[in-house]
Amino acid sequence: MKVSLPLTKDTVRELKSGQIVYLTGPVLTARDAAHQRLVASIASGEELPIDLTDQTIYYVGPCPAPDDHVIGAAGPTTAARMDKLTIPLLEKGLLGMIGKGPRSTEIAEAVRKYRCVYFIACGGAGALLARNISQVETLAYADLDSEAIKRIEINNFPVIVAIDSYGDSLFA
Amino acid sequence: MRKIDVHIVADKIKQLLLTSNTDLPQDLLILLKAAEQREESRLAKFMLEQIVSNAAIAKENQWPMCQDTGMAVIFVDIGQEVHLINGDINQAINAKVAEAYREGHFRNSVASPLERVNTANNTPAIIHYQIIEGDQVHLKVAPKGFGSENMSRLYMLNPTAGAEGVVNAIVETVKLAGGKPCPPLVVGVGVGGTVEKAALLAKRSLFRPVGSPSDDDKLAKLEKTALARINDLGIGAQGVGGITTALAVHIESFPTHIAGLPVVINIQCHAARHAEDVI
Ligand code: SF4
Repeated sequence: MKVSLPLTKDTVRELKSGQIVYLTGPVLTARDAAHQRLVASIASGEELPIDLTDQTIYYVGPCPAPDDHVIGAAGPTTAARMDKLTIPLLEKGLLGMIGKGPRSTEIAEAVRKYRCVYFIACGGAGALLARNISQVETLAYADLDSEAIKRIEINNFPVIVAIDSYGDSLFA
Repeated sequence: MRKIDVHIVADKIKQLLLTSNTDLPQDLLILLKAAEQREESRLAKFMLEQIVSNAAIAKENQWPMCQDTGMAVIFVDIGQEVHLINGDINQAINAKVAEAYREGHFRNSVASPLERVNTANNTPAIIHYQIIEGDQVHLKVAPKGFGSENMSRLYMLNPTAGAEGVVNAIVETVKLAGGKPCPPLVVGVGVGGTVEKAALLAKRSLFRPVGSPSDDDKLAKLEKTALARINDLGIGAQGVGGITTALAVHIESFPTHIAGLPVVINIQCHAARHAEDVI
């Protein structure tokens, strides 16, 4: 199934755990350090440097771009490390997450409650997945380098629906 | 005494880091392809196909196969007849590690432990020195990603826990890790010694050709038992469910204290990068 981004609430409802999906459109990149900053900002009531409404976050810290491409190897990182830093972002309207591996039961429950979706991409397939990325723009926390928040365009990006908006999980 | 310039050692290490991050070892690739062929689960097959074609893309373009190009783990075994000359070997190696990561367009993944400030050149490397017989220097490098390193565990078992206790510890570690460390895995195990000895044995075991059994028949049998039990867990590639959760279990052992049985399980993901050379 092909899905375009940003996600809509209607599309999210159609996605079922175990489906193979090819995603096309803009996503935001963020991993541990960026999550920590975002959540700290939310906690202290500051305005976020990015609008999360209906956005999808890809948990990735890519390699530097080589001469022949916009980005270096860019596979997913372990999503469970973001579990404790995820719910505040869902409250801000985040609709999709792309990572690798299982998540806590708390997050499975939150995915159902906020009617969003968690996809997994193939961990370790960084060179292959980078070929499905065409544009890169740094949006925030540039000092974090590989861990900065970027907007990237993904094309026919292969993922599996791991937790759907009904709370059904591939890992349960 | 054979004189060897530390810069020659460091240069070789740089080359090994560059190739190991882009070229998956053949022994591993053969096992991954076999796992892909054998796999019955649609989703695990989808993942394994990507893992196999990713290795080809990385090799062809000289790209790192995974964005986590890891901490540089380096074993330097120095012959006792060798005299290392022309400077500080630690500095020489770290300078070349930084160069390898810059030139290879690899990610800088090393940070201070508490403040989390990135050192911006992927140093310091983790270097283990050992004195061996002879007049050669043996080098082994293994860039290590932390998706899998994080899932490693230390057990201080009772001395009477025996083989069954060891296998249980291995299986429990893999089960707790689930899909997080990018299965299919290679599981490195160190049994005996002390805390640090067991960890080093586990790490070193990962340099064996993947799937080659231990020389010790008893350990080889344990490796087989542990592998079968791991694959019975059904975690599968990337945790989506499937028949291959690990490609191999490698166990190394060493005498230990009468009061204990240390076991370290070092989890290695499918990007089991390792390379070696001799000077
Ligand atoms: S666990 Fe291994 S394959 Fe997976 S992202 Fe980390 S280094 Fe890459």
